[in-house]
Amino acid sequence: MLKKELNKKEGYCLGIESSADDFGAGITTFKGQILANKSDSYIPAEGGIHPREAARHHAEVADKVLSQALSSAGLKPKDLSIIAFSQGPGLGPSLRTGATVARALASYLCIPLVGVNHSVAHIEIGKLKTSVVDPVTLYVSGGNTMVTAFESGRYRVFGETLDIALGNCLDVFAREAGLKHQKGIPLGAAIEKLAVKGKNLVSLPYVVKGMDLSLSGLLTAATVLVHRGNCSLEDLCYSLQEHAFSMVTEVTERALAHTEKKEVLLTGGVAANKRLQAMLEVIAEEHDASFNVVPLEFATDNGAMIAWTGILAYRHGLVTPIEESYVKLRWRVDKVDVPWIQ
Amino acid sequence: MDTIAEPTLFKKGAEASLYLADWHGKRVIIKNRIPKKYRPTALDERIRSYRTVHEPQLMHEAKVAGVFTPLIYMVNVAESFIVMEYIEGQQIKQLLNKAPQEKRHEFCIEIGASIGKLHNYGLIHGDLTTSNMIRTPEGKIFFVDFGLGEKNIELEAQGVDLHLMKRALQSTHYQFWEECFKNVLCGYTSVRGLETTEKVYEKIREIERRGRYVEERKQ
Repeated sequence: MLKKELNKKEGYCLGIESSADDFGAGITTFKGQILANKSDSYIPAEGGIHPREAARHHAEVADKVLSQALSSAGLKPKDLSIIAFSQGPGLGPSLRTGATVARALASYLCIPLVGVNHSVAHIEIGKLKTSVVDPVTLYVSGGNTMVTAFESGRYRVFGETLDIALGNCLDVFAREAGLKHQKGIPLGAAIEKLAVKGKNLVSLPYVVKGMDLSLSGLLTAATVLVHRGNCSLEDLCYSLQEHAFSMVTEVTERALAHTEKKEVLLTGGVAANKRLQAMLEVIAEEHDASFNVVPLEFATDNGAMIAWTGILAYRHGLVTPIEESYVKLRWRVDKVDVPWIQ
Repeated sequence: MDTIAEPTLFKKGAEASLYLADWHGKRVIIKNRIPKKYRPTALDERIRSYRTVHEPQLMHEAKVAGVFTPLIYMVNVAESFIVMEYIEGQQIKQLLNKAPQEKRHEFCIEIGASIGKLHNYGLIHGDLTTSNMIRTPEGKIFFVDFGLGEKNIELEAQGVDLHLMKRALQSTHYQFWEECFKNVLCGYTSVRGLETTEKVYEKIREIERRGRYVEERKQ
């Protein structure tokens, strides 16, 4: 079909997200209206995400979440025009569960399947929800820490972690400190709450290497101190946040100065942190750029972002044949062409 | 900085502001690390004074290693600024994309050789991007901005250093980053020898595999 006709045509895309601990289903119209965005999170009994258990959870809740999304959008399966799914990066067992659901639905309904890059989807939904056009994006979550900006056909990575992700660093520290995972309250939020009460800055490793940063040494040092017990937990949470957030802010500022773009977009689960928001707001202002935070519902992993990015790709003739719909665990954002951006 | 006549803002970087000024009849660059309001004062002062002290030391040692760097005229730690020689020339970042292939190869080999000299001497630049390299009209390539550098003889640090060079080429010169990086490694090999270069190259691959989402990563 001609691109022009595709752009005019109205339709509905179901997006399935299952790259880590959330199983999400979202429905978006071709014009970008979000009709539904439902999800269900796997909460480990102890420790971090167990990939096999997360996949088991996804398989168990898939039909419930899909039904919720369809009924909240007021649609029947036959109304859907395309199915998009998160093809990577992420945890293999989790991704495969979502991909299986997506393939089955697309085959049964005889409609096109579109594989979407999870990181691209985070940026695209952020642009849709905040109306930014060409931002420097800081994407910080449990699995990702990267600064990207669009340049010649792709989102290029201007800085990233050399080892662990920011959310991972905060989560592991929280567990080492004995904080418990509660429904609806992520561990990062627990740290943020304690950090507000912290007064003394404990000196910890600050590792920026060129455009990149490293958080593993910071985590180890903070963990050693928490077990030693000389500093209050409030002070440690405060110091951990200040060091880690200063590092990502410094790297974001470098990308901003380098690209001279005029918008900063903050997304991912850690985007909810008020202190991180405040730091980024300062650098945005210094570089005459606007500062934008993606609303939490769309900053964490969600189905609507997959649906919307699926539509952008589909409109440019990108579909994923079933035989090429295998998941890509380490699919870097800078390996994906984004022809919908001029 | 009050004692210096009429500094004019030359470039506002992410970390520091560069001023062009006249200092005792010399054309100089004043690099002033400005306080960063986003981070706590104690942390900010620690980072700024560390970088202000270390940068001139490393720039001096780089000269001993045989790499062109600006002369240092003065350091003020309290106000975190450095007065250094102004280098007339063009950034490699600008030259590389418009240079003919032959010139591009020549520049990259030269850059690789300079990195090799730094590493042989136990120096890490810490921020190898093409905007931190200036080519003078006489054809010398100067390295600037050692603010993130360190003294380190470990393969790990050398690997990260070259990995950053590769990443900078990928993001800024994506059209021909592969041939550029190949030539950087050629120049590097000419200084450090094949055996050492292979070890460093293996280290780069190991560093890349450590990254979270990398095709080649081992399970």
